Amino acid sequence: MAMASVPALERHRGIRVGASRAGGALRRVGTFVAVLAALCGLWEGYKWLWEWAGWTWPFTVDDVTMPHLHDILAAFAEPTTTGGPVLIDSLLHAAWFTAKEALAGFVLGALIGFGLAVVLAHSRLLERGLLPYIVASQTVPILAIAPMVVVGLGSKGLEGWKAVAILAAYLTFFPVAINALRGLHSVDARALELMNSYAASRWKVLWRLRVPASLPFIFTALKISATASVIGAIIGETPASIQDGLGGAIVNFNQYYSLQPTFLWATNIVAAGLGISIFALVALTERVVLRRAPENVA
Amino acid sequence: MSAPGRVVSISGLTKSFKTGVTALQEIDLDIRPGEFVSLIGPSGCGKSTLLRIVGDLVQPTSGTVLVNGKTAHRARLDHDYGIVFQDSVLYDWRTVSRNVSLPLEMLGWSRARRKERVREMLELVELTGFESNRPWQLSGGMQQRVSIARALSFDPALLLMDEPFGALDEMTRERLNMELLRIWEKAASTIVFVTHSIPEAVFLSTRVVVMSARPGRIADVVDVDLPQPRGAETREQPRFFELVTAVREALAAGGRGQPAPTLPAGTEERY
Repeated sequence: MAMASVPALERHRGIRVGASRAGGALRRVGTFVAVLAALCGLWEGYKWLWEWAGWTWPFTVDDVTMPHLHDILAAFAEPTTTGGPVLIDSLLHAAWFTAKEALAGFVLGALIGFGLAVVLAHSRLLERGLLPYIVASQTVPILAIAPMVVVGLGSKGLEGWKAVAILAAYLTFFPVAINALRGLHSVDARALELMNSYAASRWKVLWRLRVPASLPFIFTALKISATASVIGAIIGETPASIQDGLGGAIVNFNQYYSLQPTFLWATNIVAAGLGISIFALVALTERVVLRRAPENVA
Repeated sequence: MSAPGRVVSISGLTKSFKTGVTALQEIDLDIRPGEFVSLIGPSGCGKSTLLRIVGDLVQPTSGTVLVNGKTAHRARLDHDYGIVFQDSVLYDWRTVSRNVSLPLEMLGWSRARRKERVREMLELVELTGFESNRPWQLSGGMQQRVSIARALSFDPALLLMDEPFGALDEMTRERLNMELLRIWEKAASTIVFVTHSIPEAVFLSTRVVVMSARPGRIADVVDVDLPQPRGAETREQPRFFELVTAVREALAAGGRGQPAPTLPAGTEERY
């Protein structure tokens, strides 16, 4: 029978997919290493060419403006103060402190964003009335409100890192709210009719249909928010003079830049690494949670 | 009141859209238990709208619709009908078996009962072995069979089908026609079936309701007296061709002498 051959076909395809998946992973690692090497080459090549030719546009290139990559890497092993811990130690501590702020802000912001989207998706009136203000909230420079939030909440007895987490949430909630709202609205008219035919309550339509349908949108937003939360945390630390995190380290090493430029660059690498880690965490979760048609995976 | 022994009882039904277009005018139709009734007609004759009114997904402008002697609204709340659309409308985040069990979850069935019923339904539509597949891994015809299994899973008295095979190729369509007849016999349900295809309507139905457009009304009702059970040879019987011709002539007569203003695009879809 024609149908009997179908499972066999599926199995055959399964084997090929499995084989190509291993090959694909290898290829992706290869591509990653190649791109990384190319970027390093670009940095060093640019530095060498500008120094050799003596060009001063757009800026003078020397060991202060563009330290050698190997010098930056070597800086990780240097003590920050005489007899103090090596740089990598203090940076990892700072990164852990900032990660705490960023993750707390990320989770808080994602929950607020999702909650807002659910409320707005169920009321045209609220959507029209509130959406402009939600958009406006993101046009306020975070640098302007950071001291207000941290100092204001600090005077009410809130720990500094928690206040910074709220700032991170401020940056995080927006992409989640906008994308989740779009996702909740993206449901196919027929799928809604189907739920109606079961006389499904709004609550059931939300959890059985709207939320699952919006997950690809939400994960796209979470990826944006993952990196935004780290930036929010770092920016939140600086005006509030919180010394324990990466923001504090950046302010500190910025002051000594002309003496120790490699320290600031090393801090940047760690900060980027933190953002990438949270992003990767979201991407991994997406892989586990979303098993959709290939064309529906954002 | 509806006469006893009617699954669907429609009288004086009219549906106008806000655009001023009258989609359905003065529709009267009774459907008895176990009947297989096809609605056929040109685009814009309101056959899909009529189906949706029976399912209480669209509200009529005037007239009454009774399903099992109850209002269409009450019938929907009581889960009296299952529906199958032209697209299978499967949730791609659910496996095949969890798609079939969706209405059972809505009805609050226990896990064990759901599992057993899903097994039965997949057996009925011959998809045993595909339980954990995702919808997008199946062919269009298989997806539509999952959709039929889902619609029948909770034993509704009435099955509403809106051009369920319209998007499939001719060979798959004919095979699914045969399967649908087998399922109809086994499940002993009543089916209202919207189609564009005359041979499909004649092959499947006990009655074909021929509709005309602008405004949509019932032009003729053709009783299909082909013997049951039907099979591949049914399509070769002289009686089959006579009936196909009868439906075709009814369709042509329904369209004759009517002005045919062009509808705004998508009017039928928007209701």
